[in-house]
Amino acid sequence: MSSIIEIDKLSHIYSPGTPFQVTSLDSISLDIKKGVFLAIIGSTGSGKSTLVRHFNGLLTPAAGNVRVCGIDTADKKQRRNLWRSVGLVFQQPEHQLFEETVFTDVAFGPRNMGLTEAEITERVHEALRLVGLDPLEAARMSPFCLSGGMRRRAAIAGVLALKPQVLILDEPTAGLDPQGKRQLMKHIEEFRRREGATIILVTHDMEEVALMAERVAVLNRGRLVMEGKPREIFSRAAELTAIGLDLPAPARLIRQLRLLGKPVRTDVLTTAEAEEEIARLLGETQC
Amino acid sequence: MLSGISLGQYIPGDSLLHRLDPRTKVIGVLAAAASILAFANWQGLVLTALLTLIALLVSKLPLGIILGSLKSLWLLLVITFLLQAFLTPGTLLAVLGPLKISREGVFAAGEIVLRLALLILIAFLPTLTTPPIKLTAGLESIISPLQRLGVPAHELALMMTLALRFVPTLLQEAEVVISAQRSRGAGFTTGSPAKWARSLLPLFVPLFAGALRRADDLAVAMESRCYRGGANRTRMNALKFSAPDYVVIGVTLAVLAGVVALRFI
Repeated sequence: MSSIIEIDKLSHIYSPGTPFQVTSLDSISLDIKKGVFLAIIGSTGSGKSTLVRHFNGLLTPAAGNVRVCGIDTADKKQRRNLWRSVGLVFQQPEHQLFEETVFTDVAFGPRNMGLTEAEITERVHEALRLVGLDPLEAARMSPFCLSGGMRRRAAIAGVLALKPQVLILDEPTAGLDPQGKRQLMKHIEEFRRREGATIILVTHDMEEVALMAERVAVLNRGRLVMEGKPREIFSRAAELTAIGLDLPAPARLIRQLRLLGKPVRTDVLTTAEAEEEIARLLGETQC
Repeated sequence: MLSGISLGQYIPGDSLLHRLDPRTKVIGVLAAAASILAFANWQGLVLTALLTLIALLVSKLPLGIILGSLKSLWLLLVITFLLQAFLTPGTLLAVLGPLKISREGVFAAGEIVLRLALLILIAFLPTLTTPPIKLTAGLESIISPLQRLGVPAHELALMMTLALRFVPTLLQEAEVVISAQRSRGAGFTTGSPAKWARSLLPLFVPLFAGALRRADDLAVAMESRCYRGGANRTRMNALKFSAPDYVVIGVTLAVLAGVVALRFI
């Protein structure tokens, strides 16, 4: 499969030339294939948010190269149009709602794309349905009257309505209840299936990573320290804990069993797999 | 645009100027401003300039930051210079079409620009070398005698502290909102004035909503810690004059006296 985002030795420095200078990204190289579900994990301040802001041209490299959909983000003219193909959902996107109704807020992006009214309406309805909001009700509701979870979903719909080829979500489930988290991830999966989009998810939730991601990139202090399939990454438990990260709960349980000397697999990720292993273990000991 | 350092932001350091009591710095700035604006003639201005130069050297601030504070107001300096140079009558130096430059004009322009530049540099020194919290504590202490006249010194100081505290937060939030709306194709700079004003709505509505939310949270946080105004509050870090403070105040007042003397004697 071809690459949609190619990052070559990307570095980024905040406030260069002042006493506040911080190197937040240090020579990162990463290839993101078209259509993949990539999770980016790392402790707070590891550079995750800075990295994804390079993907739609909000930030440009201090050194190195970022090519998105074949466009070099250092190219000023082309960079301006990247938002059409790369959707970025910020942390706590519900704080960016501003229109009088949910409908007009979701329509903001499509309108900026210069679509016709009919196309705009269609996209807004589709995006709202995708996140489980009623399009007709949304037309007369102010975003400031919604509950926190609904506002989050309305804000995400505002980006989905752009139908981006690459959808980037920066901690989209932070602060939601477990059911809200599951639903949101389902909506994202549904969008991905329908549009064939590439998904990049920045998260602290390891269960989400285990369940959804096909590839995982691990950042630590601005450096890319691991990249691979979730199963490979989470089998390196010691390295992960050393940089302040954790395993998904099922993997943690199985690792504990392993440390107690039980003969279990090391690459368990999900609850179902853990169940299977434990059942097998119990079956063996009973014989 | 909004990234990097905002104007006059505190630059941490360990110079003599950093360690002075904030009240000393406020008094110093007031004395310097009085001498620059009200009293100084040519000789007095040179004396004040020397004092400013010494203060800048002692502060050990990077040259870029010092020049940055001047750069922010360069347009004011240039316009002032041109107006003075062209509009003062006197011995002609040069004629550019309808514009005449006089010798007196150039001198007057140089003097007024020097005055302005000195004033800008001096006014920025305390904010560059003092954490905002300390600076407002100093101001509160200076205006607290006015409490007897009904001036709510503590509340004024608290308002200033809070305002200063939230400047970086709001800037940061503005940056996030701008980035987020840009990601949905917002343009903040194009079109007619009416269009331009409307294009700012996606920035200002979330920003104001955020400020109100923060104010609410802050009020709850303060009340849940039983905050109630200035009544009998003490400070964790009490302000204290030490030897360098007395020396600096002495020198500044001496310079002020010298400037007044040069003018009137």
